[in-house]
Amino acid sequence: MEQKPKRLISGPGMLLVWFYGVMVVGAVSRSVYQIATEFDRAPLAYSLSAVAGVVYGFITYTLIRGGERARRAAQVCCAAELAGVLIVGTWTLADPSAFPDATVWSDYGMGYVFIPVLLPLSALYWLRRNREVTR
Amino acid sequence: MLDVLTLVTGVAALLLAVWCGWAASRDQPTKDWHFIGMGVVSLLALVQLVIGIVQLARGEKPEQGTTIFVAYLIGAFACIPAAGFMSLAERTRWGSVTVAAGGVVLAVLEVRLFDIWGA
Repeated sequence: MEQKPKRLISGPGMLLVWFYGVMVVGAVSRSVYQIATEFDRAPLAYSLSAVAGVVYGFITYTLIRGGERARRAAQVCCAAELAGVLIVGTWTLADPSAFPDATVWSDYGMGYVFIPVLLPLSALYWLRRNREVTR
Repeated sequence: MLDVLTLVTGVAALLLAVWCGWAASRDQPTKDWHFIGMGVVSLLALVQLVIGIVQLARGEKPEQGTTIFVAYLIGAFACIPAAGFMSLAERTRWGSVTVAAGGVVLAVLEVRLFDIWGA
């Protein structure tokens, strides 16, 4: 097993890291600010944004780290991320009163040009293509 | 003054995005000229950061809050250099795509900055 960990950030992977990086900065800074200043206004929305930020951070880290284990971890997180976007997206549409303020994932990420829903899809595709071929 | 700068920076960011997108469509990595372009756009963002802080120091208040305003100014300034370094690490067309995406993100940030500063 003397091989270097598989790089996950070559080619299109670099673009993914860029977008995940942007989302980390966006989600984390936004939730930190909102939780610090006006948490009581929409506790659920702000907590969800914070969770989203942590998930994005972890995926970014695994992509940069590379290797098969990181790839699997990233795959799980991207699936969770996709589920999160879909659930929260549906939830914000079904019960707007639970969300006095928007989260990163509100309306399937419409406020972020739908990047939150497109990102996990493309990431899952990319991670799948980079599966280690068992020989 | 700040509004003009916001507009110019946003347009410059979009031009950079188109330019690097064009390089990517021709299967080219970012080259020296692209980095000069990134330098120009980053310089604009830096001037914007400085002027924004000067305006704050003069006692002017952004419509949506000082913290958010400063955070976006810093984000706008860091945007293109970050994408530029990533394109240095990825010497293929995908490095160019990354800088193009960086330009688009910066343009969005400029639109937000315009709203945050207010009329």
